[in-house]
Amino acid sequence: MGWAIALHGGAGDIPRSLPPELRLPREAGLRHCLDVGIAALKAHKHPLDVVELVVRELENHPHFNAGKGSVLTSSGTIEMEASIMDGKSKRCGAVSGLSTVVNAVSLARLVMEKTPHIYLGFHGAEAFAREQGVETADPSYFITPENIERLKQAQEANRVQIDYTQPIQKEPNDAAAAARIPNGDSQIGTVGCVAVDGEGNLASATSTGGLVNKMAGRIGDSPIIGAGTYANHICAVSATGKGEAMIRGTVARDVAAVMEFKGLSLKEAAAYVIDQVPPGNAGLVAVSSTGEIATVYNTAGMFRASASEDGYSEISIWDSPIKVSN
Amino acid sequence: MGGWAIAVHGGAGVDPNLPKERQEEAKRLLTRCLDIGISALRSNLPAIDVVELVVRELETDPLFNSGRGSALTEKGTVEMEASIMDGPKRRCGAVSGLTTVKNPVSLARLVMDKTPHSYLAFAGAEEFARTQGVELVDNGYFITEDNVGMLKLAKEANSILFDYRVPTLGTCCIGVGAALESPIQMNGLPISVYAPETVGCVVVDKEGRCAAATSTGGLMNKMNGRIGDSPLIGSGTYACELVGVSCTGEGEAIIRSTLAREVAAVMEYKGLNLQEAVDNVIKYRLDEGKAGVIAVSKNGEVACGFNTTGMFRGCATEDGFREVGVW
Repeated sequence: MGWAIALHGGAGDIPRSLPPELRLPREAGLRHCLDVGIAALKAHKHPLDVVELVVRELENHPHFNAGKGSVLTSSGTIEMEASIMDGKSKRCGAVSGLSTVVNAVSLARLVMEKTPHIYLGFHGAEAFAREQGVETADPSYFITPENIERLKQAQEANRVQIDYTQPIQKEPNDAAAAARIPNGDSQIGTVGCVAVDGEGNLASATSTGGLVNKMAGRIGDSPIIGAGTYANHICAVSATGKGEAMIRGTVARDVAAVMEFKGLSLKEAAAYVIDQVPPGNAGLVAVSSTGEIATVYNTAGMFRASASEDGYSEISIWDSPIKVSN
Repeated sequence: MGGWAIAVHGGAGVDPNLPKERQEEAKRLLTRCLDIGISALRSNLPAIDVVELVVRELETDPLFNSGRGSALTEKGTVEMEASIMDGPKRRCGAVSGLTTVKNPVSLARLVMDKTPHSYLAFAGAEEFARTQGVELVDNGYFITEDNVGMLKLAKEANSILFDYRVPTLGTCCIGVGAALESPIQMNGLPISVYAPETVGCVVVDKEGRCAAATSTGGLMNKMNGRIGDSPLIGSGTYACELVGVSCTGEGEAIIRSTLAREVAAVMEYKGLNLQEAVDNVIKYRLDEGKAGVIAVSKNGEVACGFNTTGMFRGCATEDGFREVGVW
């Protein structure tokens, strides 16, 4: 038992040949966010506070697809979304269609705590943000040159691209690419964090800019309770991947359901659920009330980090964890 | 066993003091919708087409809280949402924040069929509607005199009861509540001004394909931008190989409980049959809230369940079973 935490910066077709200038800042980001989370848990912060804190850090980091560094819609604009859930009470909050709110996950928390609703979107969510006095910025704050480039490539290839770590295949009919990835899109996008404390309090939060070149108004799985985010008294889950697949698969909810109804362990349940999603489409991080950790994906890789009170700690992109000096 | 089955609903949470003529009006509409669905099923229309057809009828009629006759936002406007799901491959489509689209369920279907996405909302959804050439009308078209009156009452009730923006901690103004005619509340509103959220339809066709669709104007006096359970796959709507489910009631409770998915999950993982699953979920899995569920199974069964004071509903199966009810 004891506390445990896991966080992700997105699952996708992350090539092993990822150049250092793309890999190192992300690894450093994961390490930093893990440290923030661990410090908070050691200071006995409630997991709900911990996941919010960590996801805020991930949102502020320009190399992950959330907050600053969010990918762009087909109109070149920013539309961010997030959700957060408290396991014991099942209270939750979600937001979509944000264009000026610096930390979507914090607004989601405010929806949960300050309104009788769970989910606010678009102009209503932006108005609420102003009412609450949260930090806002000009949309240009969130836009990075890399994402402008990604959008350009996606539009040239006329595709909705979910993976943003590498340029789109110039040959959409590339058989190898098509075989590896359904419909030629590679996937990534989203950040998230799950945490449990020594008392079994669980929480989950997920945040994203969505898909490169998505239609304006497109909502993915990240703000949808049961799809991208879920927490109850059994476990907390944050998922990443192709939103449409996570929605139809009710991925986050299913992990807890399968543990409860089939008696599987967290790791078994996570593997079972990810297995149901078409290959190359999904990943998740999860923790259980007893301090288990699971990080599972059926993509080439998933930016992730996790740690538990017994001293375990890991930062990884692909299967072999990067050595962490404790 | 086997054969088609259909269920429709016009919302859970009915004012016990609802005048008799309103109840009869509701039953007539539910009957009409059942007949439309049954006729379509007899013409071998697939389940996904039948649910869309029936929900369109419910949206167009101003009686229930969807399309025309939608509940109003705090600003007195209408913001509609809907979702639809096709069991066999679990394809789905959803929309939120619609203000000019005459039939939200049909736009949800177009999201499913014509885009690489599952869910479009607000300005982006309205823009998509324009590109698809669906029927668009002025927001005023959806607003009924009845609901303008209800909104006024809801605002008055909220100012009496408690600050609606502060979530209750389990204690409310009991004394003040007693002063109101109906102490029953749904989602923080007295039942007399609560507009049962949502209409829905679930169908299994002769081939055993299940489908579900749900549509709503949402919670009376809701904050602009508020999204409820109706467009959320797994919460208000769900369909898979086994079952088609549509929920109605306190949206926030339905979301916390991922209610529609729950029905399918207990069937899948615990082996409950349809009625057992619906009863189990309403009784044990609904997280501190009031809601209703309609569902059909691939075996041609139909089931309804609710823990509210009433649910406007109708169901029928190929072997002749038929029922329309309010309580």
